[in-house]
Amino acid sequence: MLEFIKQPWPWYTSGLAISFIMIILIFFGKSFGFSSNLRTMCSILGAGKWVSFFNFDWKAQRWNLLFLLGSVIGGFISANWLQPDVPLNLSQNTIQDLQKLNIQFDGNIVPLQLFNWDFLATGKGLLMFLGGGILIGFGTRYAGGCTSGHAISGLSNLQLPSLIAVIGFFIGGLIMTHLIFPLLF
Amino acid sequence: MMKSVKFILAGILFGIIMSKSEAISWYRIQEMFRFQSFHMFGIMGTALLTGIIAVWLMKKMKAHDVEGKPVSFTDKEKTWRRYLFGGTIFGLGWALTGACPGPVFVLLGQGYLVMIVVIIGSLLGTFIYGLLKNRLPH
Repeated sequence: MLEFIKQPWPWYTSGLAISFIMIILIFFGKSFGFSSNLRTMCSILGAGKWVSFFNFDWKAQRWNLLFLLGSVIGGFISANWLQPDVPLNLSQNTIQDLQKLNIQFDGNIVPLQLFNWDFLATGKGLLMFLGGGILIGFGTRYAGGCTSGHAISGLSNLQLPSLIAVIGFFIGGLIMTHLIFPLLF
Repeated sequence: MMKSVKFILAGILFGIIMSKSEAISWYRIQEMFRFQSFHMFGIMGTALLTGIIAVWLMKKMKAHDVEGKPVSFTDKEKTWRRYLFGGTIFGLGWALTGACPGPVFVLLGQGYLVMIVVIIGSLLGTFIYGLLKNRLPH
């Protein structure tokens, strides 16, 4: 069983599993949307004192924070006990494209040459991690949801606004990948 | 107690699924935005197809949740600016960090402690949105 889970999952298994998460949260009387946790965390940190947007009854969102806590634990479990023995099966074209940007494919889930404190301490590193984080936080709240809230929950419920949001996700992602990455890396 | 535990368990499952699906992989996100593999599109397509059927069935069968309340779905506000502009801004951050909000925390659990800086950034970004909310087109 463990061996079965450890091997890399085919896309259809992963896709089914993700919709299963959405379905169980609906059966728990909640809805799948991760980024609202960021608003809740701002409220807990006292942001409501300055901005009324953060003045809401965040205790009703406690369940989502527990879900967030679980996701951290899930990541820990995966990294320690469920890693496959083979490197990530990344497309050769992507490997070559990234090489042109001086980013090497190392077989890990993320490039270790970028995901470390030394790189983070550089201007580019700070731009990538802090700047990227600001874009994520600002963008998801502005759009009223992220990949889980719009691309999974919203589209499953055939919401046109979610389709517009997902198109936006791709516009932004394509601009970053094809126009900004060549300038940045 | 069980009420809380089930959400932690669902979160653990989510963290494992995100890890095993490789949706938390910076490399996979690059591959997706370069259209060089079917992997991520296959994941989203399958999730969507089963999600649409599940939601349709739940509505049709008037399903109830574990507390016995009827399952309800709220429609998103019918406008477009906030979704297009906000979505684009988020997309920039998604491609740059290779992670959307869920995976940011899953990667932290995987031991990539630099994600703490992404979390600080995303809290800052959320706060900035709150500050500017009334001045932005929605």
